[in-house]
Amino acid sequence: MREFKGQTLSWGWKDAVIELILHRAPGNEIGSVTLEELEKFAAVLDDLSRESHALIMHSSVPAGFCAGADLRELFERSQQMKREEAIRSVRDFLERIHAVFNKIDASPLTTIAAVHGVTFGGGFELALICDLIVADKMTRFCFPELRLGLIPGFGGIPRLKRDLGNAVVRDLLLTGRSFNATKAQQIGLVSQLVAEGEALRAARATAVQMGKFDRRTSAAAKQFVKPIPHEELCREIDIFCDLFAQPAVEAGLRKFVESTDALPYLP
Amino acid sequence: MPTLDQTLDEVLTLAAAQFKVPRENLSPDDDFFQKLAIDSLQALDLLTRLENHFHVELADYEMQGVSDFRTLASRIQARL
Repeated sequence: MREFKGQTLSWGWKDAVIELILHRAPGNEIGSVTLEELEKFAAVLDDLSRESHALIMHSSVPAGFCAGADLRELFERSQQMKREEAIRSVRDFLERIHAVFNKIDASPLTTIAAVHGVTFGGGFELALICDLIVADKMTRFCFPELRLGLIPGFGGIPRLKRDLGNAVVRDLLLTGRSFNATKAQQIGLVSQLVAEGEALRAARATAVQMGKFDRRTSAAAKQFVKPIPHEELCREIDIFCDLFAQPAVEAGLRKFVESTDALPYLP
Repeated sequence: MPTLDQTLDEVLTLAAAQFKVPRENLSPDDDFFQKLAIDSLQALDLLTRLENHFHVELADYEMQGVSDFRTLASRIQARL
């Protein structure tokens, strides 16, 4: 299936490049519908890969690439379930999203996240599965999960450790602060920093360059330099579910959902 | 290094341009959330634009409770 138009995302194929476009306003929050549509994408990825050399992910939503997990949906669903059932439901969601993310992470294609604006939590983790991140200078990255009594649950810590090392993980995770694309490029997270509104154009130009190389060689190089940290990813799910069982998380989610503060992302 | 007044003036000019508000309508002690009618995401945009303009890094937790242009400018001044 070369083209798909869903409620939260779409994809298309042109000149051997796949583009996955997130388009769920206001912030591409990742909930159950996004997960289902990402699973559809993962299911056709092998077929698409046979006739492609690159994948570009981007957002058509002005607020940014992705604001992370749909915390309202998570809170409201959890409220309708008993605690044990809610934890099982969260684990199921995490295992499914990890399966999708691992599939894209290990894809033989060269993958590029073209990001702008808010790239927070699960959205940051989505960008981290890509081989390259091209960011416009108005992009902001953040792991706000500790503010809710949680850790990132979509594979963010193992992937950030893989790509940048533990010091960056500690700074981002333990302070919960956000930082801009200039800083992200300085620490090696962003491979190309571009002017506002130019990320997709730069990503497309990069994809054209990648098309000049033999696909098998690119795939072999990628496999060599980008191992999937399976053991740590599984451990992350366990820790997330243990933390999710704590009463502080329900209180944190409730505060976020019910907040009328101007800056709900701050504690 | 610019003075605090110069930094404040640049903050006001930049905010006016970003949110398309006449510069003369903004004063140093205005609550920028109210005056610019912005939400949290737009406030983050403003923070990023200020960081890019002044070449500083502003920790968002240090911005908690900051809502007027004068205090915002003083936070920036402390990082210059």
